[in-house]
Amino acid sequence: MDIPHEWFVGFSKSFGLFYLIALSVGITAYAFWPSLGNRFDKAAKSILDDEDGPARGDDGSDPEDEPCR
Amino acid sequence: MMSNLTRAERANAMVIAGTGAFIGLVMAAAGRGDPMGAHGWIVLAFCGALFFVVGSAYEDPEPTQDRTASYYDDPTKVGILIALFWAVVGMGMGVWVASQLAWPDLRFDAAWSSFGRIRPVHTSGVIFGFGGNALIATSFHIMQRTCRARMPDQVTPWFVLLGFNLFCIVASSGYLMGVTQSKEYAEPEWYADLWLVVVWVVYFVLYIRTLARRNEPHIYVANWYYLAFILVVAVLHIVNNLAVPASLTGAKSYSAFAGVQDAMTQWWYGHNAVAFFLTSGFLGMLYYFLPKRAERPIYSYRLSILSFWGITFFYIWAGSHHLHYTALPHWVQTLGMTFSVMLLVPSWASAGNALMTLNGAWHKVRDDATLRFMMVAAVFYGLSTFEGSFMAIRPVNGLSHYTDWTVGHVHAGAMGWVALISFGSIYALAPVLWRRETIYSWKAVEWHFWLALAGTVIYVFAMWNSGITQGLMWRTYTESGTLAYSFTDTLVAMHPYYVARTFGGLLFLIGACIGAWNVVMTIRRMPSETPERDYPTSSESREPALPAAE
Repeated sequence: MDIPHEWFVGFSKSFGLFYLIALSVGITAYAFWPSLGNRFDKAAKSILDDEDGPARGDDGSDPEDEPCR
Repeated sequence: MMSNLTRAERANAMVIAGTGAFIGLVMAAAGRGDPMGAHGWIVLAFCGALFFVVGSAYEDPEPTQDRTASYYDDPTKVGILIALFWAVVGMGMGVWVASQLAWPDLRFDAAWSSFGRIRPVHTSGVIFGFGGNALIATSFHIMQRTCRARMPDQVTPWFVLLGFNLFCIVASSGYLMGVTQSKEYAEPEWYADLWLVVVWVVYFVLYIRTLARRNEPHIYVANWYYLAFILVVAVLHIVNNLAVPASLTGAKSYSAFAGVQDAMTQWWYGHNAVAFFLTSGFLGMLYYFLPKRAERPIYSYRLSILSFWGITFFYIWAGSHHLHYTALPHWVQTLGMTFSVMLLVPSWASAGNALMTLNGAWHKVRDDATLRFMMVAAVFYGLSTFEGSFMAIRPVNGLSHYTDWTVGHVHAGAMGWVALISFGSIYALAPVLWRRETIYSWKAVEWHFWLALAGTVIYVFAMWNSGITQGLMWRTYTESGTLAYSFTDTLVAMHPYYVARTFGGLLFLIGACIGAWNVVMTIRRMPSETPERDYPTSSESREPALPAAE
């Protein structure tokens, strides 16, 4: 199979451009989506006090044995 | 430390080390008379030593530690100490290499000590030895804390850490014997590359397994940066090192690519090594340790997400700016240049985010040298990414390329950003990891900080001056159209800057030695602090992990 150089250039300049624009728009929308603010604030604060060991269930069970809640 | 492994884990570790020792023996036998044979003996000695370290603890009683109550920090501790060891070795080699440029007699006429052999020992020593171990160790720490989950098992992290260091040892000993693929930052030959693939895949799987056990629904942004580092480095490493060994019993191999494709593949790798090895993972460090040390959440979490995806998607296209004015198609050069300029946006978003986090806590930056390390690292990150975008513009590159300006730029990033954020993180981490009240000597941290900063500034200014002088001399023509200066003329002009650069590097090295000493003294001399939390309780006692009051 022989793919000519011109084809690659055309593909990079057309598809490459639009998929990067789509990605940028998608990520910006996600990062600045208003209703996600609470989740992000919580995440930002979550690391400030994290030396209390792995999380445990209320009954003393080990939640790590279960998949992510 | 080995007695914290269960007997089954000890047996596993011995099987792995024994297999490694056997492979070393096979390499030593098959590669007789070739550097590969010497590497075989090194692998045999490394794995054999590990076999006996684990084996001597094999009969110890089973650990009683309750694994559900604490994180697994033993490999992190060892990783931090190994990183500091490599910092001293790698930076020491750097000072020697720099001295050779100023005073060539310091080569001492041996083959192994020639510039071309010890320079990669310096670059690999600081990037992979110091940076890599610091990244692996901090990633073990951060992945467990941000997931509130312990690592899934206790053998895999040791395999990753020690396996990576075996790669580093094989790499640097190979350079001294003249083994190299002649690809920047990808010098090690085919068998070392294959070994790194194994280690790296295990590292990736370990990270994913820990994330799968997480008790936090949201994956904190630092983890994304670390994962990008692990995943993309794996892709880069595999593609750029595709090669055919000349023989299975020798070190020499030939690249799968030729000509300009080879150059493009190498610089796609080379620039993304800067992006994903030297930036992404260290941003993970910054996004975790800086807010934690300042005791303030990151200024804008949204911005950190945006810069993550910006960096990940822009950087991968930027490598072709290393090949301006070459046989590479013009449009590919322009593509690399454009993406390099666009990169300024996510880079400055991260640097600005870090500095804005400190806004309102400047008194902490003033009083706490650890936080100051991180603050100055963020400033240097901002400066060197601006410089990088600027140097990627084709006409600017026409002046800067092949000159010491490039060397100065790399060191502004490597010393000012990567090393300072690592040292800051290590100082923040050491008392927490070893459960010490505080670091041994705060005065020594101050000394380290000012030595490192002074060393970086002297180094970078020397190389700016040298590089621009050199670039201008190379492009100066006489009236008759011939070059005005010979190459030797430029060397004479650069000599004072080479002396200054060596001095700057020496200051930085002294700082690193003080840092290593300070951490060791913290472990040996500081009274241990009984932690209120996260202490291992024995499984028999059925003690609660948290004190009852909480």
